[in-house]
Parts: sequence; structure tokens; C-alpha cells
Amino acid sequence: MENHSARYSQAAVRPAGPLARRYAVFVRVRLAILGLLALFLVVAFTLDVFTGPAALSPISVINGLLHPENLPGPVRYILFNVRLPYAIMAVLVGASLGLAGAEMQTVLNNSLASPFTLGVSAAATLGASLVLVFGLASIGLPQEVIMPASAFALAAMAAMLIHFLAQTRTNGADGVVLFGIALVFAINSVVALLQFVADADTLQQIVFWGMGSFSRSTWPKIAIVAAVLVIAFPISLRNVWKLTALRAGDAQAESLGIDTNRLRRNVMLRASLLAAVAVSFVGTIGFVGLVGPHIARLLLGEDHRFFLPGAALAGALILSLASVASKTIIPGLIIPVGIVTSIVGVPLFLSLLMTRDRRI
Amino acid sequence: MSGLIVRHLSAGYSKRQVIRDLSLPAVPAGTLLGLLGPNASGKSTLLRAIAGQGRSSGQIELNDEDLNLLSHAKRATLVGYLPQSLPGTTSLVAYEAVMAACRAVQPNFREATVEDAIESTFDDLGIRHLALERMSHLSGGQRQMVGLAQVLVRRPQLLLLDEPTSALDLRWQLSVISAVRRMLEKSRAVGVIAIHDINLAIRTCDQLAVLDRGEIIASGLAANVITPEVIARAYGVSSRVETCSRGIPFVLADGTLG
Repeated sequence: MENHSARYSQAAVRPAGPLARRYAVFVRVRLAILGLLALFLVVAFTLDVFTGPAALSPISVINGLLHPENLPGPVRYILFNVRLPYAIMAVLVGASLGLAGAEMQTVLNNSLASPFTLGVSAAATLGASLVLVFGLASIGLPQEVIMPASAFALAAMAAMLIHFLAQTRTNGADGVVLFGIALVFAINSVVALLQFVADADTLQQIVFWGMGSFSRSTWPKIAIVAAVLVIAFPISLRNVWKLTALRAGDAQAESLGIDTNRLRRNVMLRASLLAAVAVSFVGTIGFVGLVGPHIARLLLGEDHRFFLPGAALAGALILSLASVASKTIIPGLIIPVGIVTSIVGVPLFLSLLMTRDRRI
Repeated sequence: MSGLIVRHLSAGYSKRQVIRDLSLPAVPAGTLLGLLGPNASGKSTLLRAIAGQGRSSGQIELNDEDLNLLSHAKRATLVGYLPQSLPGTTSLVAYEAVMAACRAVQPNFREATVEDAIESTFDDLGIRHLALERMSHLSGGQRQMVGLAQVLVRRPQLLLLDEPTSALDLRWQLSVISAVRRMLEKSRAVGVIAIHDINLAIRTCDQLAVLDRGEIIASGLAANVITPEVIARAYGVSSRVETCSRGIPFVLADGTLG
């Protein structure tokens, strides 16, 4: 009995100082980690701009960026129409996918949720393939516009389907991810059917689209992806407390007066918009939306004030590094970056899953 | 009057009505009403209905204010409802879980106000040592304490607690109930608690109400409510109600009936 009360009172006395001050240390560490992630991203971005099949020295790249008027025409073209758009697109798409994955994982309460595993990316591929095969250019819009629009429409439909299923929740949270996997298989078989009926040229385009690449990056596309991210991110930040409260449990969040169904619907809409816009311009890029949030969760925990920016930064960092790798693995050749993220993503994801059991 | 009034309340799910035309004794400010009853007797449904969750109709007044007329958000600032399920195992630390609960409901609170509220809540419950632990490292009972902290931190005027002691050992059961009582007295709030331990309820609640299949079969002071007949009807067990050395009744269950 005495032992017992000694244990309890000891436990109750041990920590000294106000909790707020001790918690502030947590906050400072997390801000420092966010700062480090941002720093790494800057380094990765710089590397990304410096590397490429055209052997430009770092000094000539820096000079070219500072004084573009002095550059010879071809070099200026490479710098401003290839290197920079590639590198910026990598950052934007990575951040979009990381943020989308993080929010999906929170509202579906499943760390396997991501635009890729839930079939949002596959649906975007289907949308693009439909346009490529049936050439919907007859409605009078250029393919440049129709293809992303169609990819987006199907991606959004997939996201709504998943949301509907999550809402009925007869199968629990795992059911949603299983449904996502089923959706991926179903969509892939339709894409395969389209590939079968497509002519050789179209087939090549579909396959290449599915691989995910920055080679289609142009400044207007970058502006659209950036605009969606700039609009979506502050809305995400406005919901950080609700999302954090949701992590403690659905019933808990509801008891706080949070309309969890509405929150879920809005987040799924926003996340699928982010993911769909990103993949509709660059094609399928897997695992970034899955691994980015995992890294952020390990480093920063699940206070969404830090988790969401962290997931966006981690996603951007991964994709920037993948872009560098896609240009350096085979010298003189740019491998589609989606292949790199898949090759690197699977082992990275598995190792994160294993460390998670120890750390969390 | 100041306090909680529940009259002619019906509630349930779309296909099944769980409670029909139920009225509770008036619960004055600063006091605690204990809800007893077997599993599936409607205790949780009743608490959820008062909290404004699920379908319900009837009169629910808190300090002369009709809760059904309030918005979702406004109702959440007045009513603190602790669900029966424990908070999940997340990588959030307890401090963050409680802060998020406070911020999500009261976005306009100043930072210092929130910090003070969290600090005193952890102290009241005696769980200061858990504040910076990850929820995934806590035991079920410890998470239940954090769940309760999420409710108490908002200083609600009406506390609805669905079996807050289900995962707790003896010592924590008592400290939870006394922390709740202190808060009720300090802020003149009203408490309704669903509880399985009849003897704990007798000792700690001001009034009791016994539910059976969605109906109140007895309510009022413990001495009037807790009889072998009521217990037999609600739980289907034979029992003796005796008096302890301090003069408080206690229940001994002897066996199942029929």
C-alpha cells in the first residue's frame, strides 16, 4: 500500500516548471526541424537546377540566372525552359502530394491512405488516356487543356467515391484502403483495355504519361499547380486544430462540436484537387504522397500545425531528390521521375513501416 | 431554475428508437446525477442526445436556456461530453491532444488562457506527469484520463460523462470522481455520469436514476432508489442492500434471477 502511494505521488511530483514552458521546448524543436527540412529542400532544388544532360557548370548556371541577357540562346533555353521549370514543378508537385497524402491519412485515420494508394492517381491516368484515345479535341479546346481537365475530373470522382465509402464506414478505416486498392486494379484494367485498342503512337503516349515525368512542365502549368497549392494550403492551416482533434478519435472530435463528416468531405475534396491537378500535368508519381507524410510524422508528430507543413516540405524534398536522381542514374538520359519514386519509394516505405512500430 | 432539465426526451437511431418520452429529475447546479442501468439500457443514447448528437426530440434546458435552439458550435462550448470510447493511440502528446480540444472549440481564447486552463486541468486530474508523453505510449486508463482532460479543459457548464472510470483502477476511479466533483462545485456546473459501479455511484453522486430498456424505473436520492426490487428489475439479479459502518448503503449482488 505504501509502495503504491509512493509510486503515485512520486509520479505526480517529478516534473518541475509550468507545462507550457516545457511544451514550448517541443515547439522550438519542431520549428527547427521544419527549418532544416526547408534548408534541405533549397539544397536539393539547387542541385536539381545544376544537374542535367547538358553539361552546364554550376558557375555558368548561377551567372546565367543572374544575368540571363548575357547567355547564348540555347543555354538560356535550357536554363529557363527546361531546368527551372523541371525543378520548380518537382517542388510544387511534391508539396501538393505530400500535403494531400497527410490530410487523407488524417481524415481516413489510416497511414496507408494517399492519392496513389486510393486510386486518385490511377483515375487521373484513366482521364488522360481517355482523351488520348478518343481525342476529345472536337469540343474545340486544345489537348493541353482537355487532358489535365479530364484527368482531374476522374481523379475527383475517385476521391468522392472513396469519401462516400469512408462515410458509410461499414468496413472501418481499413475497408477504405482496401477499396482504394480494388479501385486501382479496376482502373488499371480499363486503362489496359484503352491501351489495347489504341494505335501505336497513342499507346506510347499513354504509357509515357503513366510513368510520370516533368518533361511536360511549362510555366503556365507551373502557375496552375502553384495557384492551387497557394489556395489550398492556407485553408488546410485553418483546420489544423480540428484535424489534430480528429486524431484523438472520431467520437472525441464530434463531442467537441466538430462536424466530422463535413470536415472529411472538405478535406477529401481539397486533397483530391491538389493531387489531381498535380498528377494531371506530370502523370503518375507514386509514393511521394505516402512517404512524405510518414517522414513528417516521424520527425514532427501529429500536431497538424507542424505535421501539414512538414508533409508538404518532405514531399517536395523527396521529389526534388528523385528529380536529381532521374538525371544522374544514367548519364545523359532523363529517366521518367515516376519510375525513380517507385524504385526508391517501396524500400523507403517498408523501412518507415518497420521503424514506425518501434518509434510510435 | 439553474441546472439541467430534461423532459419528454425521445432518441435513437433511424431504425430503432432507444429511449421514448424520458424525463430526468431536475439536476441543480453544482450537483452530479448518476445514471445506472444494464448494458444497452440507453445510458449512452441519453447522454448523446443531451449533448446534441444523433436524432432526438424533447425538452433539454440548461440554466433556463433551451439547448436545442443553440448552434452546434455554441452548444459545444456549454456542454462537455466524454464519449465511452477511449481516445486513440496517436503520436500526439497528451498536452497537444488537450490543447487541440480547447482550440477547436474555443478558437478565440487567448494563448495564455488556454495554457492556464491546460495546466490546471492536468493538475486537477493529477496527470501532470503524462502531459508530454505520446498518447501511443499511454495505457488505456491513462488515455481515458487524457480524454477527460479534453472535456474538463473547456470548463463546460454541463458535463456528460459516459463511463469515465471504465478503464481505471481503484485509485484513479476515486481521483477522477473527486476531480469532477470539485469542478462542478467550483464552476457551479451540472454533471451527469453513466456508471457501472453501483456502490461508487451511491457514494459519489447526489442523485441517481436507473434506466431499463430506455425508461427511468427509479430516480432520486440513493437511499430511495437503490432497493433489491429496483436492482432485480434492472439487472435481473438478486441482491442485498446493507449499510456500511459509515451509514452509507451498499449493494451485494448474490446471483442471477430467472
